[in-house]
Amino acid sequence: MPRTSRSGVRLLVVAAVALAAVIAVASIGLGDNLVYYRTPSELASAPGEPGERIRLGGLVVDGSITHLDDGVTFVLTDGTADTTVVHRGDPQAVFAEGHGAVVEGVLAADGVFRSDLLMVKHSNEYRPPDDAGAGP
Amino acid sequence: MTRRAQVERIVGVVALATGVVAVWLGLLVAPEDAVQGQVQRLLYVHVPAAWVAYVAFAWVLIASVAYLLGRDLAWDRRARVGAELGVGLTALAIVLGSVWARPVWGVWWTWDARLVTTVVLLLSYVGYLGVRGLSGDPDVTARRAAVVGVLAFVNVPIVHFSVLWWRTLHQPPTVLQPAPAPMDPTMLATLLVGVAAFSLAALWVGLRRTRILAAAAPPVAAPLGASGPIRVAAGGQR
Repeated sequence: MPRTSRSGVRLLVVAAVALAAVIAVASIGLGDNLVYYRTPSELASAPGEPGERIRLGGLVVDGSITHLDDGVTFVLTDGTADTTVVHRGDPQAVFAEGHGAVVEGVLAADGVFRSDLLMVKHSNEYRPPDDAGAGP
Repeated sequence: MTRRAQVERIVGVVALATGVVAVWLGLLVAPEDAVQGQVQRLLYVHVPAAWVAYVAFAWVLIASVAYLLGRDLAWDRRARVGAELGVGLTALAIVLGSVWARPVWGVWWTWDARLVTTVVLLLSYVGYLGVRGLSGDPDVTARRAAVVGVLAFVNVPIVHFSVLWWRTLHQPPTVLQPAPAPMDPTMLATLLVGVAAFSLAALWVGLRRTRILAAAAPPVAAPLGASGPIRVAAGGQR
């Protein structure tokens, strides 16, 4: 049985700090992010507080991308519900219809989601450009 | 040259050769991706780094259990080397992932479950290495480290399944799942060669590092008898 000593106390302190750090990272880092984004259906059934900054994710509907003066508008779908998004800023090259996207912003009173951060969520498929089977 | 040195040499040469082939395949042979373009080639280093890190941590688990069973400090050294490799490779995977994420996801970083759990994984094994610095007694150090080495491994399946258990920005697995997603055969082959190259390089570094640590370790008493480990009174000198 180890005798309580300076090194034993030091070990406990280190272990406690390490555990606290891990828990802090996990909870601060995850927190709301455990559900990293909401789907259009979830947003429709629970729009949240007015002006609340949230993340919305879904598939970009084919043909819905329209470029604006200061950004782009498109529709995100989860197969059941759709949400129109107006994004301020130019999207990165990878952003395309038929692929996933996650936007961060605010659901306006008119039901349009106004975002200022656009992230592309790509699939787990990898294929070269000329492949006829390319799709979402 | 001793047999051990010969093995090291051969592993090093094969690792280098495999690495050259992997670079050639990754940069010149594998096609670009239909969705992500050229930047998708980071797959061939980001994924091998992550997978070989998992293997390194599994080695820490095995070596830690082996130490706890026999109290042979050689296993403690092997566990430590595994952790050093795993920490380096995990950090590399995070950096490469970030470089890949910027043009594709659109952000350098985000707090989704895959990224957070990977940071926790990294911190856990940094903690494993940190625990080793607390005591001057090699057997006390080895025992504490071995316990941490066993417990910390729980993070590996958590990281892997994070993209399936929770909603994340990071996409689900392509290869490591029961129904692998479509992947161009050339791309897959390139990835596997990359995994082989990283594995051999890690093995070579691991063999060398273990040898260096063993040479630096103080001479140990005669092998343990049937009566079990020799207990030294607390505070006694080794």
